[in-house]
Amino acid sequence: MLKDIFPVSIDTVVGETAKIKVDGYRFVTISCTARDENTLEILYHFDKELRLKHLRLTVLKDTAVPSISAVYFAAFLVENEIQDLFGIHFEGLAIDYDRTLYLDEEVTFAPFCKYTVMKSLNEVDPSTPESGAMGKSKEL
Amino acid sequence: MLKTVIPFGPQHPVLPEPIHLTLTVEDEIITEAFPALGYIHRGLEKLVEIRDVHQMIQVVERVCGICSMIHAMCYCQGIEDIMGVEVPPRAEFLRVIWSEIHRMHSHLLWLGLFADSFGFESLFMQFWKIREKILDIDEATTGNRIIVSVNDIGGVRRDMNSEQLQWMRVELAEVETELKELGKTLLGDYTVKKRTVGKGVITKTQAYELGLAGPTLRASGVAQDMRMLGYAAFNQLAFEPVVETEGDCYSRSKIRFRELLQSIDLIRQAVAKIPPGEIKAKVRGRPDGETVSRVEQPRGELLYYIKANGTKNLDRLRIRTPTFANIPALLSMLPGMWLSDVPVIVLSIDPCISCTER
Repeated sequence: MLKDIFPVSIDTVVGETAKIKVDGYRFVTISCTARDENTLEILYHFDKELRLKHLRLTVLKDTAVPSISAVYFAAFLVENEIQDLFGIHFEGLAIDYDRTLYLDEEVTFAPFCKYTVMKSLNEVDPSTPESGAMGKSKEL
Repeated sequence: MLKTVIPFGPQHPVLPEPIHLTLTVEDEIITEAFPALGYIHRGLEKLVEIRDVHQMIQVVERVCGICSMIHAMCYCQGIEDIMGVEVPPRAEFLRVIWSEIHRMHSHLLWLGLFADSFGFESLFMQFWKIREKILDIDEATTGNRIIVSVNDIGGVRRDMNSEQLQWMRVELAEVETELKELGKTLLGDYTVKKRTVGKGVITKTQAYELGLAGPTLRASGVAQDMRMLGYAAFNQLAFEPVVETEGDCYSRSKIRFRELLQSIDLIRQAVAKIPPGEIKAKVRGRPDGETVSRVEQPRGELLYYIKANGTKNLDRLRIRTPTFANIPALLSMLPGMWLSDVPVIVLSIDPCISCTER
């Protein structure tokens, strides 16, 4: 089971990450989970001599989260992935793909948010530019 | 000097899978590299919403064909950790044997492709010829060459009898002899060295700070290998990670070559020590809780974050594959190199884009 998890907030996540880097930890990855309709949980994983340490950040869906890519450059890729799949906006990304790492530009919904449902094809209004089979989504 | 932007990929003769690089060059020297993904993103992690905990074994095996066994082992170990399942010792040894067989056929595949990337076709052919013997072992012991489907929550689905184990030892002895002969060319040939030594160098500090994984990390002098965690039966075998210090393409190929011989040694140890007994524990109930499971894939550290909620479906399955960790290194490896070195350097991280995008 998961051990060594430390809660952080939006204000402290970058500072805590910087401390972890000073302590000699290697960046491993970030995991994002949709907790409920409005909340997402972001877990930052770090490793030092095969021992993992995790920071847990709970945020509202529409909140912008500061990027840790200024501390660990390698984080830019996974932060872009989360931006694509969960629709979170990361501020200050070292390289920002603007939600096109995996997705096409016209996709506006977050495919990994399980509380998001797509409109079926017959609900799509072809007159609106954002619409399309992959276009608009409807929040539950 | 005039800057030119050159698109490399997603379709390129040297790339086994699609990745795009936007290369900025001055004359023929690269000044900047920018990767782009998204050509084969399948969203496999989201299938946890409709596939149950047991069905997901088949899904994770298909994240990557080349290391299907190790993906399934990582997933099963995670679920076993959450549920507190004790895997029978024989199953742990069988997992070691099959995972090392998978590492071997993956490294042999890569060594062939790597030789192809600098135009050494006969070396490519010889490595793939040896690989066939490894795939024959897979087929004889599991019924399949690539997607072996041997893992289950609580153990493994298949056993090996003593004849099979001894036959495997004989086959591996032949493979070892052939490999050592081929190693003289891979590690000593003038052409190979000319194309790989000093190319795409990553220092030890860079490798650590970029969070690299596997042979790419160890070639820069960092002695980190998830097998040191002692998962499955690795804690009962003599194991030291293979490390090189130069951090260039040559070191990365040397690491993989030495790991082939190390895998043979680990299989021999496992065959000698494998205990009799059950191969699968009974599993009751449904998982509830969260865990991180880590194993060493051929390309490096594989991480599964699993969150279960007591129902038949998981809440979240997050897979971080080693290529995902190694892609940022390309941004440091490529600047300053010749355009003609790009295929060799890109191949040197053993990119698996199916794994990366899932």
